[in-house]
Amino acid sequence: MSTATPVRPGTSPAAKLVSHVATARESGIVLALVLIIVVATLNNPTFLFSPDGFRDLLLTPSLLLLVAVGQAIVIITRNVDLSVGSVVGITAYLTGRLFIDVPGLPLVVVFLAGIVVGGILGLINGALVAYAKVPALVITLGTMYIYRGINVAWAGSNRVNASDLPADFRGLGTGQVLGIPILTLLAVVVLIGAAWYLRNLRSGRELYAIGSDPAAAHLYGLKVNRRIIGAFVTSGALAGLAGVLYAARYGTVASNAGFGWELQAIGAAVIGGVAISGGVGSVWGAAIGAYLLLTINRALPILGIDDFWQRAVVGALILGAIVLDRVLAVRQSRKLTAERETGR
Amino acid sequence: MADATDATPAPPDHALELRRVMKSFGPVVALRSGSLVLDRGSIHALIGENGAGKSTLVKIIAGLYRRDDGDFLLDGESVDFASTAQSKAAGIAVIYQEPTLFPDLSVTENIFMGRQPTGRLGRIDRAAMREEATRIFQRLGVALDPDRVTEGLSIADQQIIEIAKAISLDARVLIMDEPTAALSGVEVERLFAVARSLRDEGRALLFISHRFDEVFALCDTVTVMRDGAYVHTTPLADTTVDDLVRQMVGRDVTELFPKLPSTPGDVVLEVEGLTRPGVFRDVSFSLRAGEIVGLAGLVGAGRSEVARAIFGVDAYESGTVRLGGTVLPKGSVRQATARGLALVPEDRRKQGLVLDEGVSRNITLAIRSKLSRWGLLRTSDENRAAREWASRLEVKTAALDATTGTLSGGNQQKVVIGKWLATQPRVLIVDEPTRGIDVGTKSEVHRLLSELAQQGLAILMISSELPEVLGMADRVLVMREGRLTGEFARADATPETIMFAATADAEGIR
Repeated sequence: MSTATPVRPGTSPAAKLVSHVATARESGIVLALVLIIVVATLNNPTFLFSPDGFRDLLLTPSLLLLVAVGQAIVIITRNVDLSVGSVVGITAYLTGRLFIDVPGLPLVVVFLAGIVVGGILGLINGALVAYAKVPALVITLGTMYIYRGINVAWAGSNRVNASDLPADFRGLGTGQVLGIPILTLLAVVVLIGAAWYLRNLRSGRELYAIGSDPAAAHLYGLKVNRRIIGAFVTSGALAGLAGVLYAARYGTVASNAGFGWELQAIGAAVIGGVAISGGVGSVWGAAIGAYLLLTINRALPILGIDDFWQRAVVGALILGAIVLDRVLAVRQSRKLTAERETGR
Repeated sequence: MADATDATPAPPDHALELRRVMKSFGPVVALRSGSLVLDRGSIHALIGENGAGKSTLVKIIAGLYRRDDGDFLLDGESVDFASTAQSKAAGIAVIYQEPTLFPDLSVTENIFMGRQPTGRLGRIDRAAMREEATRIFQRLGVALDPDRVTEGLSIADQQIIEIAKAISLDARVLIMDEPTAALSGVEVERLFAVARSLRDEGRALLFISHRFDEVFALCDTVTVMRDGAYVHTTPLADTTVDDLVRQMVGRDVTELFPKLPSTPGDVVLEVEGLTRPGVFRDVSFSLRAGEIVGLAGLVGAGRSEVARAIFGVDAYESGTVRLGGTVLPKGSVRQATARGLALVPEDRRKQGLVLDEGVSRNITLAIRSKLSRWGLLRTSDENRAAREWASRLEVKTAALDATTGTLSGGNQQKVVIGKWLATQPRVLIVDEPTRGIDVGTKSEVHRLLSELAQQGLAILMISSELPEVLGMADRVLVMREGRLTGEFARADATPETIMFAATADAEGIR
């Protein structure tokens, strides 16, 4: 090679892409997801090869995906948001009430209301975490109960029924474009936007920096508090959006809507390779994690595995993901240390 | 370019000026009166013992601390930084002793975090960022992969990233807090070449170092600090190492620390070939009853890590530790304590004390199982045991159940020492026993250690304060970059011999 920068083998863009895909943490989960779909489909072809089966495969995890993306952004900053399930509950009920109490309200206003209310609830979380300097685990455990309490007090034993909702709104929950559910398309658009933000904008990279070493972030002069609050607002707003879509998808909203989603969202993020200690991971991983988690839930009954074992499998998956990450991290650190020792 | 023929003392020549700056934390005065003048196109050295207030001064300049009193001028204008972002925006870059990087992010991202080059829509221009990083590394003459994560990089490489950061910032004032502490000879030369070229561009540099040869090789002016106050500023051409050492220490070394004579007995602790890759390597030494052995070296040389490994807090890969002739199993604090080993840790607030608990609970912490009956502790037993040690060590406290968090630093340290003496150890390892303690209490701690040695206790004293080591130790061991690099009998130990062993490079300059 006579060029100034000799091309080493394996550094062409294509080779780089191949090696990146092969070593990416996300590839493993995709593989697991494909494996489960294949096994379930072999057992019962309708799992994939029926209009309903295909639709369910895409549709069921879409709402959790939104919440998991928000959760991943928060976890990347070395925090956690336990209140998202309660935010989904409040905003889902809010959506129904708006349609009942203000007939003829444009859909856009309802969507905005859900997102803004979710964002405000997230702002409360973020401000408490950033300024009170209490761990997010404790703060959001508290707001999880408070938000759910407000929801229960407001809804009482009332529930929103499908008949209360306008048809065009419910159409969003069932409609498809080119065979792909609208909700899934919406979730993917949000996912791509979040991934782009985290990768390409300064504030997105700063979230990783803060999670990687908060003290260093402070020394760098980063706006740590503002970024943490931003992450919680995003998480709340996405949960709010998920709440609105919950009403569209299910039609019926009681005061327990979204119950337990916070743990599923954390599980999805962790399975997807978002390190609970911050600084590592991607929203892609969290999204695939959400799909893996809920697809397993649907596949196991088909394989004839009873309810207790289904939960145990999910638990094993989460533990497995954490152990795998730890093993990889230790191996990486050993390798780097060894390189340094021999390099001297 | 730096020809100083022009002798006009015009104020704009001063890039940065501090006058009688004060800073205290509660009752502890960290900086009594700090003064410093940095000129453009000059490399200024700041020297002083540990605890002289250098770091506090740097942190005020960096915007980490706010001064309580005094003047801080930048280009002749008074400034008051409330955050590191503000000092950065004013063109001040600080390279800290311990690099502060994001381990999970790439080398390039670490250099540019918070001010990455952006294109349309605020999108980070990764190609431009990478190119700039490569350009800086070329200028520095280092081969660092800009795409790798910083986790696992040696301190030297991390330091290079810090310097690259400062260069990319185009800083007017560059402060380097012991940047050479972990660098090899070649790396130091490279750093100096960069520093000189930055000086020739008209920037003001502040260089903090314990290595006199480097100070003389690189800098043109020196400021000495002692006990939190400014002592003297002089051109380096007009001074000598001896003068500077005298100004730094400022007192007769031997008087402050009353070392009582003691006769060394049998060997009680033997360490052989202790190795933990990347941290320390092949560390061997022995300790006799009644002997105080000082373990000197720069911060980060691996001294505390060796102590922690001996005591069983951290694991080590190979080597043996013998206590009284028998091998101590690795990684067992319980065994080490039971066999008569005690460690007074470096950070008493975090590692040595339960701050929310009372004095007596803390003193009896290490002997709680001996004191308990049927697994239960009785306050009267605790107080009886604690009272004895509190009075022997003259702990000044309102009550035995006063929370230790309210005690002064010196009294807290006495409580930690008391806690371990209560276990009646044969070997006591003390890590920086007088850090952050006022001078009066300091000499009390020294007298105490001296008396204990006289009574037959073997003491290993890790200390970064040379006068303390020189004044107290019967024998001095020196560590550098994870290895033992020197051993001196009391008579042979001087500031110069110890500093040389602690800093001189394997390549052997001089």
